[in-house]
Amino acid sequence: MHILKLVIKNMLRHRLRSMLTIFGIAVAVMAFGLMRTIVTAWNSGVAASAANRLITVHSVSFIFPLPLSYSERIAQIPGIQKVSYANWFQGIYIDRNQFFARMAVDPETIWDVYPEYIVSEAEKDAMKHVRNGCILGRKIAEQYKLKVGDLMTLEGDIYPGRWEMQVVGIYKGKDQNIDETQMFFNWKYLDEEVKVRQPGREGYVGWYIVQIDDPNNRTTIASAIDNLFANSPAETKTQTEKEFQQSFVSMSGAILTAINVVSFVIIAIILLVLTNTMVMTARERVREYAVLRTLGFTTFHIAGLIGGEAMFIACLGGGIGLAITFPIIIGVEKSIPSGWFPIFKLETITIILAVSTAIIAGITASAFPVVHAVRTKIVDGLRQIV
Amino acid sequence: MKVPFSYIIRSLWTRKLTTILTLSGISLVTFVFAAVLMLAYGIEQTLIETGSENNLIILRKGSDAELMSQIDRNTTNIIKTQPEVMISADGKPFASTELHIIISLTKKQTETMANISVRGTTAEGMLLRPQVKLVEGRMFRFGTSEIIIGSNVAKRFEGCEIGSQLKFGGGFWTIVGIINSGGTGFDSEVWADVEQLAPAFGRPVFSSMIVRLKSDADFRALKTKIESDRRTNFLEVIRERDYYKRQSEFMAAFIRILGTTVTIIFSFGAVIGAMITMYAAVANRTVEIGTMRALGFQRRSILTAFLLESMFIALVGAAVGIAASSLLQFFMISTINFGSFSELEFGFKISPGVIFSTFIFALFMGITGGFLPAARAARLNIVNALRAT
Repeated sequence: MHILKLVIKNMLRHRLRSMLTIFGIAVAVMAFGLMRTIVTAWNSGVAASAANRLITVHSVSFIFPLPLSYSERIAQIPGIQKVSYANWFQGIYIDRNQFFARMAVDPETIWDVYPEYIVSEAEKDAMKHVRNGCILGRKIAEQYKLKVGDLMTLEGDIYPGRWEMQVVGIYKGKDQNIDETQMFFNWKYLDEEVKVRQPGREGYVGWYIVQIDDPNNRTTIASAIDNLFANSPAETKTQTEKEFQQSFVSMSGAILTAINVVSFVIIAIILLVLTNTMVMTARERVREYAVLRTLGFTTFHIAGLIGGEAMFIACLGGGIGLAITFPIIIGVEKSIPSGWFPIFKLETITIILAVSTAIIAGITASAFPVVHAVRTKIVDGLRQIV
Repeated sequence: MKVPFSYIIRSLWTRKLTTILTLSGISLVTFVFAAVLMLAYGIEQTLIETGSENNLIILRKGSDAELMSQIDRNTTNIIKTQPEVMISADGKPFASTELHIIISLTKKQTETMANISVRGTTAEGMLLRPQVKLVEGRMFRFGTSEIIIGSNVAKRFEGCEIGSQLKFGGGFWTIVGIINSGGTGFDSEVWADVEQLAPAFGRPVFSSMIVRLKSDADFRALKTKIESDRRTNFLEVIRERDYYKRQSEFMAAFIRILGTTVTIIFSFGAVIGAMITMYAAVANRTVEIGTMRALGFQRRSILTAFLLESMFIALVGAAVGIAASSLLQFFMISTINFGSFSELEFGFKISPGVIFSTFIFALFMGITGGFLPAARAARLNIVNALRAT
């Protein structure tokens, strides 16, 4: 108990220095939390994918469409519950910086294959019957202050021309991990318009979403689908939803790796700041440690004194850092357009990592000064002039 | 009276460990800072250099990239016959109809699939890009399903050697040559005969047109003419360089914003490190400072000496950071180019601007970290300072 008191007293001797160190660690822990959250946000699509959904795309690249007629042929394969399809529409809403997913979907089946999107029956019905009806994610509706009945005008890029959509519903996620930043509209509207605007492009879908009975059969069913269309002009590639999402994430893999590396550089900086403080503290107290040892305190006590102080500072800094991470992450989530990162929240694992980082930093930072203090002979220590 | 510079260096040398720790902190931060700037600069250079100064690119209005653009054959013929278009030695217009699509190939390193741009081009297309040189094998023969691949594709992707075949668009394509354009975006592309590629993918239309003018002064006139003519007013004429610059903007801005935000947060750590070191230096040298003041050194000189000390650490740290980051130039990074939605390989590139910004950033850290401790040193009362133990 007395040791603890001494540790705290020691820490308070150089209040400014301790405060600066604590502040430095807090900022670094916060930065670490933020970086890790960006990485998890990037991977959120992969994390949210269901095991019983397969995605079928054109084998050459997903930019090539598949004929709509595939739908019925896929549905005949045993083990398949439901087949749905979608087209990536994109387009420009307001300006180029307003990014969120905009897709044409089959209103009959989409809610069956994505049960995690909660929509009322009336809204589902409205999307089927209102020709240009669309359903928005809750976050998007909030961000752009859109409500049922409002019109959204999009400037097409993949599908040229002006498109006017009417909001007929707003969907919510089943839980916090569900993307609420998408816009779905009736595939038939797209198809009918394309028929007039660009004849020859109608009757094609971007990808099929296939719901299967048993996730264990995913490989057999996937190859059954691909075999069905082998050697046809439009061959397919069927993957699980997870693999499909993963392929998007891995395309920007270099950036992700960079963020990961950076988040570990932060740890190095925490270490440097803390080690520096501890080295200085220990150097100033060489004589003191010599006195303590003359009085009969063991090297174990000295190590405890230095390590305890480092630990105390590290934990305080880590705690404060963690405390400011929560509001910062909420602030960042509010300030970036919600389409960028559909899910942006602090994961439990990030919190655990941040705390353990601070603790490990505390131990490592005291290693240098402890070794030095223990190695110094008592006589030399007593003789030292600071 | 000024404090001698050697005094500053020696006081740093006395506290080696602390000095080195502070220095490492600053060099880490400057390393990350410089690396971010080099990356953004590298991506800009790679893309901007892809475009040639005197080539024009013609796309459908509203399409950001060749991928979304469409031009039918009749319209391309109208453009080819414009009097402003340069005529080659054998009497053909210097204009190339191009098709841009993407395919996925397996990366050697990670075994994952990545998108690769395939460009259908013409004989004129080769002449319009003199920077593209064959480094291995030969040019593809027009009218066959032969292809040439960029050097980065050959390096990074499986099954990309001369003589091997790639399967896409319902057929097999034989690789006959490897091209290099000196680190531009073309090194990450696969090239084929446009007249073979378009039917293979069932494409009745081209993506874009590349044109060279007789005289650069005609650019405005041709642009207005094409963009107002009833037959061609759905098109947009831009300089090829501007087109690629536009593609690089998003990525470069993304890297810069993310990177600088991170480094600014980092710099807090480094500044605090410097501050702690300098405060300790002041505290340890109280008697020394008192003596110096008694000898007649002015407060201003003491302030300058301590400020110089922290600036010196910062500058040496920056030099170490820049030296380390310049080694990154040997590494190449490949990431998705959101403009073309396919892999683009680029490297870290250092420039005088990057070095300058990094030094300024380091100096800023040194001054912020050193100012308060230096001010404390300067404010010390002579008598009290001399009496301190």
